[in-house]
Amino acid sequence: MPWLHAVILVPFLFAIIVPFLFKRLKRKVHTGWFVFFIPLFLFIYLLNFIPVIANGSTVYHTLPWIPSLGINFTAYLDGLGLIFSLLITGIGALVVLYSIYYMSKEKEALHNFYVYLLLFMGAMLGLVFSDNILVLYVFWELTSISSFLLIAYWYQRKKSRYGAQKSMLITIFGGLAMLSGFIMLSMITNTFSIREMLTKVDLIAQDTLFLPAMILILVGAFTKSAQFPFSIWLPDAMEAPTPVSAYLHSATMVKAGIYLVARFTPIFGGSFEWFWLVSGVGIVTLIYGSITAVRQTDLKALLAYSTISQLGLIMSLLGLGSATLYYGYGDDTTMYTVAITASLFHLINHSTFKGSLFMVVGIIDHETGTRDIRKLGGLMNLMPISFTLMVIGSLSMAGLPPFNGFLSKEMFFTGVLNSAELPIFGMQKVGFLFPVIAWVASVFTFIYCMILILKTFTGKYQPEKLEKKAHEAPIGMLIPPLILASLVIVMFFFPNVISKYLLVPAIMAIVPGAAEAGVEVKISAWHGFNTELFMTIGVVGLGSLLFLYLRKWYWMYRLVPEVIMLNKAYDAALEKLEPASLRFTKRYMTGFIRDYLLYIFAFILLVVGGFLIFLNGFFYDGSNNAPISVYEVVLILAIAIAALGVLFARSRLTAIISVGAVGYIVSMLFVVFRAPDLALTQLVVETVSVALFLLCFYHLPELRKEFSRVRFRATNLIISLGLGSVVTLIALSAQGNRSFEPISSYFENSYELAGAKNMVNAILVDFRGMDTLLEILVLTIAGLGVYTLIKLRITGRDKNEAE
Amino acid sequence: MFDILLLICLCLIAVSILACIYRIIKGTSMPDRVIALDTIGINLIAAIAIFSVLLHTRAFFEVILLIGILSFVGTIAFARFIERGVVIERKRDQ
Repeated sequence: MPWLHAVILVPFLFAIIVPFLFKRLKRKVHTGWFVFFIPLFLFIYLLNFIPVIANGSTVYHTLPWIPSLGINFTAYLDGLGLIFSLLITGIGALVVLYSIYYMSKEKEALHNFYVYLLLFMGAMLGLVFSDNILVLYVFWELTSISSFLLIAYWYQRKKSRYGAQKSMLITIFGGLAMLSGFIMLSMITNTFSIREMLTKVDLIAQDTLFLPAMILILVGAFTKSAQFPFSIWLPDAMEAPTPVSAYLHSATMVKAGIYLVARFTPIFGGSFEWFWLVSGVGIVTLIYGSITAVRQTDLKALLAYSTISQLGLIMSLLGLGSATLYYGYGDDTTMYTVAITASLFHLINHSTFKGSLFMVVGIIDHETGTRDIRKLGGLMNLMPISFTLMVIGSLSMAGLPPFNGFLSKEMFFTGVLNSAELPIFGMQKVGFLFPVIAWVASVFTFIYCMILILKTFTGKYQPEKLEKKAHEAPIGMLIPPLILASLVIVMFFFPNVISKYLLVPAIMAIVPGAAEAGVEVKISAWHGFNTELFMTIGVVGLGSLLFLYLRKWYWMYRLVPEVIMLNKAYDAALEKLEPASLRFTKRYMTGFIRDYLLYIFAFILLVVGGFLIFLNGFFYDGSNNAPISVYEVVLILAIAIAALGVLFARSRLTAIISVGAVGYIVSMLFVVFRAPDLALTQLVVETVSVALFLLCFYHLPELRKEFSRVRFRATNLIISLGLGSVVTLIALSAQGNRSFEPISSYFENSYELAGAKNMVNAILVDFRGMDTLLEILVLTIAGLGVYTLIKLRITGRDKNEAE
Repeated sequence: MFDILLLICLCLIAVSILACIYRIIKGTSMPDRVIALDTIGINLIAAIAIFSVLLHTRAFFEVILLIGILSFVGTIAFARFIERGVVIERKRDQ
């Protein structure tokens, strides 16, 4: 088995072992220590691939899973997959290390935690390595499920369960939409492999399913990556333990949608709809997230909205970069790929600084007992290391030098400025909006970054509001954010190492063919006094001003009515949908059998009758009809009178007798049509059933004994008449349409074949004896059923009857 | 000629059945109705017998016997019901 598959499977396999380790070594060693080595080893192993991938080659292994359906378990590694897998394993290792110090060995159900976490890690690795879209979907859903489990880790809390349910509903909704999009794609291309789809881009672009497939896949990506308006689940997912928030909801899972968009850019990119959907939704998410983040008072909620906003940034850059595919590859390709470079670079940067920020917030929560900004303050002297880490992370997020966020923010501005001048997709008219919105969003980003640093660490220390006495975290807890923060700085000074080894191969994956155009990515911290730099200076200036006078304009947030808040809409939808569907169900599920029968008959009437009318199903041919004898006429008249007697009977007794009369006259009909066996059986059965009816009648309770007519209802009359006539019409046309000779001539040889003179009995026990066997079984069951119904009674009911 | 004779017989039987039905519907007392029902059974036996002659078949003799038994059992059951209130009595010692 190729080792790349092992990378995906190892977390799953180890997840099986974790509970045993936990049981055995519960009190001695923190279970996390065993888990820690898994992502670490995977990370080191994946680092080996960097030279291979950087050379422009890819690794591809496939294992047959359901080969007859073309579903194979593939492991495909290219630049894009490598970036993601390194993030997953690298940050995974750090998060596990952090969780060892964060999660208590004594109080927490650690086996659950690490099983879920490993499941998630494996699923995420499978997701980014999959070439087969159905396998990709399998891993996609696994990430949703394991994320659900992780969010509801403290399942005793109501809010955790609420957040887990919300994220589950939204991401699964998106996942299913994505699955249908995938199926459409595979219908167009007749393959499940993304690599093979890439060779059929022209075919896909011409197909009518192009747009639906694209929109459905994008819905999947947007829900997973918390894009507007599907972003509402992410802030509620903050009820998860902080390592989970750091790992899933900042660095990995929410980037699955980004991965999907990047992966499918070569297929859908270059089209007008893709460009606008991805970049438009991204830019809206960017501004929405950054504005909403400012009003949060919970540190994790603030970080959640900032994640939403940064994801929107990455998404919009991917959308803008997809214009490259429209142009093909020429001298100016580099100019457009800068957006894609920026998005990938920011993706990495965001994972580093957001991971560290979450961990720092977790430390604050852990050491003070609260995450509420209003209760915190003056922690700078008490927690100097956390403060430093927070400053690094926040300033990087705000896009200031000397942190990597500055580079990606500058590239972001370059990207939007470039694309604002795009002469395609109607950008001439509205293109100027992109830089403006991006700039405004950056201002807000700056404001909430300042809130993050200054409101938690400066100001007055309020020990009376805190549950614990604040102090610095243990060193083990500080190591993972320290590593991430040092990466933030290192990446600022050596960005080209990353661009050479990771970004360029990833760009090749997103924009195939860029290699021939000779795309080179040079990231430099300083490129003169250009527009981008002035924009950054403007961000800092206006952001500082707005932050200083935050109290003066904070009232504007209250102007936004609660109704248009998306969470309210979601809650209202859930609240309203349940009673609405209840009302709807109660409307037709009345509990009366007569209503259900009405539906069934009406349905038959509509479908079959509609078929007869609209498809010219009726066909009458009387040439085969036998002559009608006088006996038949008399008997049929008698049956009709008896049947009408049932309908118009005043008492039940008359109705029962009329039913019996119908049965006996039918047996006479059998006589006339020369079916002695049937006549015999019919007589006996009719006698018995009339006797049973009489028995039932006799035992009716005394109270409310009604001797009344069947009540008249117009709908019932119409439906019964309609159904009767439809069945008659079907019988008539079936009679006229007999296409084949009956096979009864075969049974005429019953004496030679079965030694029987009675053909009916020969059929019953010889030619088709199996039916008889089962009919006997039916009778047995009925007999036993009647016996048990009479004999087995619940004791309570017996008492009631005795009274 | 013979067939016409048989048909006349059938018609007469039908008339007598109708007369019995009148008694069943109108019947002043329960025993009247039961006896009328019994008579209908006997008439049916006759009708089927004549019918078998008309159809030149011996296949319906069982039907004749069966109706005989059924009407006998039915009449007895009704008689018991009228007399004792139940058709099948429970064992005395229970």
